[in-house]
Amino acid sequence: MRIPIAALIGLIFTFAYFFVAIFAPWIAPYGMAEVVSRDVWLPPSSEFLLGTDNLGRDLLSRMIYGGRTTIFIATAATILSFTTGSVLGFLAAVLGGWADQAMSRFVDLIMSIPSLIFALVVLSVTPVTIPILILVMGFLDSTRVFRLARAVAVDINVMDYVEAAKLRGEGRAWIIFREILPNALSPLVAEMGLRFIFMVLFVSTLSFLGLGVQPPEADWGGIVKENADGIVYGIGAALYPAVAIATLAISVNLVADWVLNRTTSLKGGRG
Amino acid sequence: MSDKLLKVKDLKIGATVYPPGEKPHDIEIVHGVSFEVEKGKVLGLIGESGAGKSTIGLSAMAYGRGGVKITGGEVWVNGRDILKSNLGDIRALRGGEVTYVSQSAAASFNPAKQIMDQVTEASILQGKFSKKEAEARAVELFRKLGLPDPENIGNRYPHQVSGGQLQRCMTALALCPEPDLVVFDEPTTALDVTTQIDVLMAIKEAIRDTGVAALYITHDLAVVAQVSDDILVLKMGDMVEYGSVDQIINNPQEEYTQALVSVRSINHEEKEPTSEPVLRVQNVTARYKGTNFDVLKNINVELHPGQTLAVVGESGSGKSTLARVITGLLPPSQGRIHFAGRDLSADLAGRSSEDLRELQMIYQMADTAMNPRQTVGTIIGRPLELYFGLKGEEKRKRIIELLDEIEMGVEFIDRYPAELSGGQKQRVCIARALAAKPKLIICDEVTSALDPLVADGILKLLLELQKIEDVAFLFITHDLATVKAIADSIAVMFQGEVVRYGGKTDVLSPPFDDYTDLLLSSVPEMKLGWLEEVIANRKMESAGN
Repeated sequence: MRIPIAALIGLIFTFAYFFVAIFAPWIAPYGMAEVVSRDVWLPPSSEFLLGTDNLGRDLLSRMIYGGRTTIFIATAATILSFTTGSVLGFLAAVLGGWADQAMSRFVDLIMSIPSLIFALVVLSVTPVTIPILILVMGFLDSTRVFRLARAVAVDINVMDYVEAAKLRGEGRAWIIFREILPNALSPLVAEMGLRFIFMVLFVSTLSFLGLGVQPPEADWGGIVKENADGIVYGIGAALYPAVAIATLAISVNLVADWVLNRTTSLKGGRG
Repeated sequence: MSDKLLKVKDLKIGATVYPPGEKPHDIEIVHGVSFEVEKGKVLGLIGESGAGKSTIGLSAMAYGRGGVKITGGEVWVNGRDILKSNLGDIRALRGGEVTYVSQSAAASFNPAKQIMDQVTEASILQGKFSKKEAEARAVELFRKLGLPDPENIGNRYPHQVSGGQLQRCMTALALCPEPDLVVFDEPTTALDVTTQIDVLMAIKEAIRDTGVAALYITHDLAVVAQVSDDILVLKMGDMVEYGSVDQIINNPQEEYTQALVSVRSINHEEKEPTSEPVLRVQNVTARYKGTNFDVLKNINVELHPGQTLAVVGESGSGKSTLARVITGLLPPSQGRIHFAGRDLSADLAGRSSEDLRELQMIYQMADTAMNPRQTVGTIIGRPLELYFGLKGEEKRKRIIELLDEIEMGVEFIDRYPAELSGGQKQRVCIARALAAKPKLIICDEVTSALDPLVADGILKLLLELQKIEDVAFLFITHDLATVKAIADSIAVMFQGEVVRYGGKTDVLSPPFDDYTDLLLSSVPEMKLGWLEEVIANRKMESAGN
């Protein structure tokens, strides 16, 4: 089977980022918060491949550890939002009636508040730790997954094969996990890529605003914030994390597109 | 060449296919077809789905639908090879010299524009008539096609006329620019039988009166026999037989044509009712939630073990609703369902696993009745698991037995529904129903979506299985030919009521009530001159008129 060139590029970059994130302690030349030079914002050299940051730490090592934090938080929050959002969405579609109404209106209520503002309010009263970040982000994003999952499941729920399953006397679990889920998977997988990217941007934004990952812990949004002042002096340290966020976003999107294309034309596919 | 309006020589048509996991490649779907149509004559193109009839029909307009290319041969219209014409000439040809009537009028008309504007559009665009002349001609055609209020019907929007009327409007649309040739692509297939004969008659008269030539595409040989002068039988893009109507119907040479002519000749003797019915529907009245209209009105029917009750009627007569009430999907507002010696709970939630097992259902569209992500083995195996607790090797053995019963091999066990043909899909659905060892199977239009020969095979299989498994069928259909073939008793439904009910022989013997007479006489028969005979003799107008 041939992989289109765009998907291949996306796959290579995505794998590379995840590989670096997982093996950060073995790859990074210096420690995460280790001050390695008296000089701040050194230009790239053979000793410090990306130069040093605003406190004289090795920027490459910060970037590698930062990627680990950012990708971990985004992945965990995506998994959380998908499990809760899709299970509740399917349940709403299958149950219908007042249960569906109650869940859907609650989701409308949450979605009517801009998620960044909502997160800022919650995080300013709770201690900002990584588990809480993941919980807040996962919860806020699950509303969007809920909407999608419910919409897809409502369509599938009226198919004859679901009616046949109900007439056969199948329980809700079978209908949700065996009849609906396999047929809802391709739109959900494609959406998963987009939600993951949104999570990366979300956690970076929070860190940039100072309510995300707390220093000295590194993450991409935080690195942008720490080095943003350098831009005034013509120092590009803040650009590296920005480029990293952008390339990760594009790569994951390319992969998600390809997955969507493939699963819809696969045997038994719905395309 | 002069008297031949359309001359197709050795036409070859190809398409690009995109099989999953393989490189896209070109295949040939029509392999060298030749035929001729004289002025004022009608040629019927007949074949099953995939025979290439529509593709060939459209080639008369030098058109290939999505990805289809005409790869060889010649198509002469009025002495010009249109495959060699430039785009400007072809534009003058389409909608001018050659016009097209499609199967679904509802999908072909623009719902936002009045019918008159759409009927006259082509003739005005082609410069054949002024707006005024075109409208006068349209009214004339509306009158000829027997549409009510021909002066004003053009001011209506497509949703304001019935399906049969809209199909006639489309015929008017095609005839309006005074074309030399009209391509009719299954114009009556989507209509109820009783509406079909009116539209058929209207088309036939319009063709005769305007002297236009036509290509008439259909899968129903009995229909094409009524309107055509010649018939071309196609199979998988090959010509099977080409001859006059009389020759094809009364003296078919090829085996395939003989099979098409003798389709639905299953002979099933009516069985005597036994002492205790397996299903008794008593005084059932039902309506859908939020409406104040009874879809079923006081229905009383009985079905005996190992027998078939056919429920017949047109769309909207309530026959599928009856199935929903029996299965418990729609609890009735009155009446009760007595099944296998016990009363069934009105709604699904109150029924026991045993109730559900003994009452199975087979759907019209096998495509949507099977989960596309489950293999044939999972689909047939699930009822075995659920009702009998079969697992592993035991389950597999039973699945293979069931596959054998539906005349399919063990190699199908790991296939997905998308890898099966239409007939095979329906067979798998039958096996899934049988797996539960039911006492009653509700068959909801199970053969309507299938080609006649495939449908015949399914009906024979069902009769065979009924003998082996002693299962009763409640057979819902609009097709009386199917009913004649398999029923033991018949209930004719009209507007939510059973208007005639009894043993097959009784129901199908005169004297008839007006509705049964209309329904019975509307089933196309494989004989010349049938259409005129029916129109002359019938007592009641069809509802879709």
